[in-house]
Amino acid sequence: MARPRLDSEARAGLSLIAPPFLYALVILAAPLMTILAYSFLTDGYLEVLPEGTLQNYGQVLTDPIVRAVMLRSLIVAAVVTFATVVTAFPIAYYVSFMVRPERKAMWLFLITIPFWTSYLIRVFLWKVILGYNGVVNSSLTGLGIIDEPLTFILYNVNAIVITLAHAYAPFAILPIFVALEKIDRSLLEAGRDLGESRLMTFWRVTLPLAMPGVIAATLIVFIPTIGDYVTPEVIGGGKIPMIANMIQVQMLALDNRPLGSALAVTAMVIVALVSALFLFLNRRFLKVRQ
Amino acid sequence: MTDKPMIQCHGVHKYYGDYHALRGIDLTIRSGEFFSLLGPSGCGKTTLLRTIAGFEDISDGAILIDQKRMDEVPANKRPTNMVFQSYAIFPHLTVAENVAFGLRRDPRGKAEKAAAVDEALAMVGLAGYGARSAHALSGGQRQRVALARALILKPKVLLLDEPLSALDRKMREQMQVELIKLQRQVGITFVLVTHDQEEALVMSDRIAVMFEGEIAQLDGPEALYARPATRRVADFIGVMNFLPAQVISEAGGIVTAEVAGLGRVDLPATQISRANPEDEGPMVGFRPETMTLLGPGATHSQPRETNATIDEVVYYGDMTYYDLRLDGAARLDGKARTVRISMRNVFGRDVQEVGTRTRLAWSPGSLVLFR
Repeated sequence: MARPRLDSEARAGLSLIAPPFLYALVILAAPLMTILAYSFLTDGYLEVLPEGTLQNYGQVLTDPIVRAVMLRSLIVAAVVTFATVVTAFPIAYYVSFMVRPERKAMWLFLITIPFWTSYLIRVFLWKVILGYNGVVNSSLTGLGIIDEPLTFILYNVNAIVITLAHAYAPFAILPIFVALEKIDRSLLEAGRDLGESRLMTFWRVTLPLAMPGVIAATLIVFIPTIGDYVTPEVIGGGKIPMIANMIQVQMLALDNRPLGSALAVTAMVIVALVSALFLFLNRRFLKVRQ
Repeated sequence: MTDKPMIQCHGVHKYYGDYHALRGIDLTIRSGEFFSLLGPSGCGKTTLLRTIAGFEDISDGAILIDQKRMDEVPANKRPTNMVFQSYAIFPHLTVAENVAFGLRRDPRGKAEKAAAVDEALAMVGLAGYGARSAHALSGGQRQRVALARALILKPKVLLLDEPLSALDRKMREQMQVELIKLQRQVGITFVLVTHDQEEALVMSDRIAVMFEGEIAQLDGPEALYARPATRRVADFIGVMNFLPAQVISEAGGIVTAEVAGLGRVDLPATQISRANPEDEGPMVGFRPETMTLLGPGATHSQPRETNATIDEVVYYGDMTYYDLRLDGAARLDGKARTVRISMRNVFGRDVQEVGTRTRLAWSPGSLVLFR
């Protein structure tokens, strides 16, 4: 019997996704495979020796510096994600529930304003704002509120968190906004009707139903921030590297591509594990179905 | 049902900006009553229900529930519960969790609450559905969950906002009967909002017909159907035939009128209602089933008889509708018109054919004069 031929709908679908699929294969999958392959090869000072080894991974897993940097990346990403989602929620809530329907598009448009300039420029601007003689410190000293510049917002993890949280805010606001928009408003009235105050209705109805958006926001912020390169480089002054900076150093400065690749693969695995954990928790405990 | 008032509205006005949604509603709903707010969309019936529930503030007037003013009482503190048009079943909770939603502050123990939930589910015919997730239910089942969720709290008033409009016809008719039974069983005051006149007639003890933010008539279903207070109410509820009329004389509360096609009739005050402002003159109305189409040689005991020609026959199985040209129907204004008569197809009665000359038996008691 002949194999059933693809119906026209399936063929149309395939031909639609073929170009981006090929593109993704060449641009994404191929380099990824290269990195994966490199990570199992041996470093020979300025060249890569085609000898298979697990030594790179051994070094990644045992080196205390790598461990410290990896941990810092995780903590920074976690703190940034937490700060971003917690501040994004009220904004999304305000736009979804308080803003008149015909004005919502304008509000979303305004929220994207930070994207109108390059990420790099925004990071530099934060440096200007937070720096030793920056806007914050010179204003506060000028007003006589402080005698010496504040140092807790200077070239450290705090500064990195502030900068990243600002940069990723729209990414967190939008999915939460979408989840809130999907909530049938009569559910909130039902909550009130069944005897709950506005606050309890929020806690028992709005928040659980917004959780898919919160989870999406968490992943969207967490995944790129853990691998952020620019902010620690510029804001941290290169003194507090995160994992991406370390990969860059290994890959380009020290020309140790196998070790750099092993670092990259390890970071990827960690991100994948954390994401999977989140998705699992979402499915298992929140039971939110739309 | 008692005569004790459960809900009282005194001069209730509601404005949305410039829009005057409720224009001085005065209304008393009795304790234990099945009360309906009936009207076309935009007449303010849902707004009135929402002001009773506390979801909307009123611009003027007062609403009392169980003789207490509700001005400062928020929705969550009112002795009312609502069945929403969309049912508003929480999609993240199971059926049992939905039903138990309002029991959070109930001092009873966990086991007692679970028993109450089971009892409420059994009452609406959903025994054993507790563990299912709410999103897997059909429309009719959601409706029942919404009912159980409201009734478990034993409210003084249950508010129903077009609860049956999303169901198919069979299901709707079944739920109508179930709702009536349920209301008798629990004895709670039910206030139903509907645009479906049939539904209101079937279910209610009393009905308030609303147009443009005002109550046009408040009556029991039979009075509303047989004696509509205005021509607009008559048009909205069921089918009514209208024939032009001329008032000949008025004496001692009796109006004598000449009706096109029906001749001269004497009508007492109880059969006189208000015409629409745009009507050109007085009209006489009657329902299709109040007149009898006579077969050849048939006799009857009605006081009046009129000759007519059958213009159209519409056969419905159990019923046949006849459109008739009454002799002399065009006499007053020269316009040709037909009236619709409905006949039950009882055994032994033949359906008459188009074009047949026939006779119609009727009584002046079935007429309403709109002037």
